[in-house]
Amino acid sequence: MSWVLFILLAVVTLVGGVGVVATRNVVHAALSLLVSLLAVAGIYLILFAEFLALVQVLIYGGAIIIVLLFAIMLTRSSEYPRISDNRQWPIGLVAAVGLLAVLAASFWISQHQSAGPESPALGNLANSLFTRWAIPFEVASLVLLVALIGAIIIARTGEDEG
Amino acid sequence: MVPLVYFQLLSAALFVIGLYGVLARRSAVLVVMSIELMLNAVNINLIAAAAHLGYRSVGEVFVHFDGQIIAIFIITVAAAEVGLALAIILRMYRNRGTVNVDEIDLMRW
Repeated sequence: MSWVLFILLAVVTLVGGVGVVATRNVVHAALSLLVSLLAVAGIYLILFAEFLALVQVLIYGGAIIIVLLFAIMLTRSSEYPRISDNRQWPIGLVAAVGLLAVLAASFWISQHQSAGPESPALGNLANSLFTRWAIPFEVASLVLLVALIGAIIIARTGEDEG
Repeated sequence: MVPLVYFQLLSAALFVIGLYGVLARRSAVLVVMSIELMLNAVNINLIAAAAHLGYRSVGEVFVHFDGQIIAIFIITVAAAEVGLALAIILRMYRNRGTVNVDEIDLMRW
């Protein structure tokens, strides 16, 4: 049962990913990315990371896809079909396949037996996040604030500068 | 149960798909999407390792969740990155009239 779910979700994830890098239409690429990200949320559920699955659907499925669609719509989307792939795409393909071979071989060689996924209680996750990881957590909120201010300053029109 | 190595293989496959997208695509928005794929591949890896490494605790704290917590931070940084990328793409489009990354070669030597 777990295998069926895993294979199904893995196939959907990879097909969505290939859709992002292979399709001509940039809006279709964004929708393929959405499919892939939601399948990844399913994979988190197999791994008993319920909170991460929820966050994945909310932030990736909701916020990030919408922001990307905004970027597509605010720039001239009619230009996108004419932007072909890079001329060096065969070299990129070779590099990607080579890296896949190296990663797959090293994962395969270094595998070891484990007891199988366990289900952590959400309360323990929260305890860990707000005690041992409290300072990185605050720094992450600072990063979000700085990124937001930076985005506003970069994107605003020049008339009211100064 | 599905062994850890299959999750790692899935993560490697998703990562190289994203890598190919970054190397081959010329539209800035598509490059950002490919980066999102790579970040998700890393998250799968982290969460799979966190779930499979077993319940261990060091003193009073639970090392078991560290993978999940780092994944939360990666999602946070990804959100910030997409917001900044949108701003940069918009500015680039306004200044140069294109989002083709090959034409943005002002700093090329």
